[in-house]
Amino acid sequence: MSFSIKKDGEVVVVDVEGQLIVGNRQELKQKVLDELERGEKKFLIDFSQTGYIDSSGLGVLVSLSKKIREQGGELRLANLNDDLKTLFELTKLDTLFQIADTRERALNSF
Amino acid sequence: MSVSIDDDPPGDEVRVVHVDIPSDVRYIERVVELVRRECQVMAFGPRQIMLNVPVALTEALSNAILRGNCEDPAKQVHVHATVDSEQLVVEVKDEGRGFDLERSTRDPTTPENVEREDGRGLFLMRKLMDHVESIEADRGVIVRMTLHRA
Repeated sequence: MSFSIKKDGEVVVVDVEGQLIVGNRQELKQKVLDELERGEKKFLIDFSQTGYIDSSGLGVLVSLSKKIREQGGELRLANLNDDLKTLFELTKLDTLFQIADTRERALNSF
Repeated sequence: MSVSIDDDPPGDEVRVVHVDIPSDVRYIERVVELVRRECQVMAFGPRQIMLNVPVALTEALSNAILRGNCEDPAKQVHVHATVDSEQLVVEVKDEGRGFDLERSTRDPTTPENVEREDGRGLFLMRKLMDHVESIEADRGVIVRMTLHRA
């Protein structure tokens, strides 16, 4: 499990590879907060290479969403597979996040 | 981490996994993979293998490590899973005070809770498993989860 960060224009794109769970959620949080502190405002988290997410991982996404909004920024999610979509629907987090089917659509939505 | 898997001879109708791990969240993924693999062998549904089992078991393990054992390195978490063609029954036992399943009934999907960072773990266990119960043990608490094969 790892996270890779790169810039696509003005957008910071984070790829979540493997699981986003209690054991690694702080690493994702810190990486995104570091970028936010550097002044970045637009964030996209891409789940195309993600296995599963637990409640801690969901909690970190909620936390990041709030912190980014507080700084006047925006967060988008992309490429949730059907199982991850179900997870977001069960927890009603699909109502909290802007979720795009593809990375391109997410990038174009900023 | 100690592991025993009773899956011999091949074609056994009941497969049993027993794992003891330290109170460290870094062990969670390995345990989940062991149990998930047995469910795969017993032809559980793809969603059960990719979503229900890994997420619910991760929640039970992190509760046992963080809340039950309070990450005490002297305490272990014991996992006992039985998988057959009908169902998975997985028990996660801590060596601490456990947590009260019955009192944890907050709905994380209500408008006032949906933006909270915490409070989704037990909710997900209940949603993703057919039955979840906690049992007082000699030393610690057992959380037993049952999932019928889809």
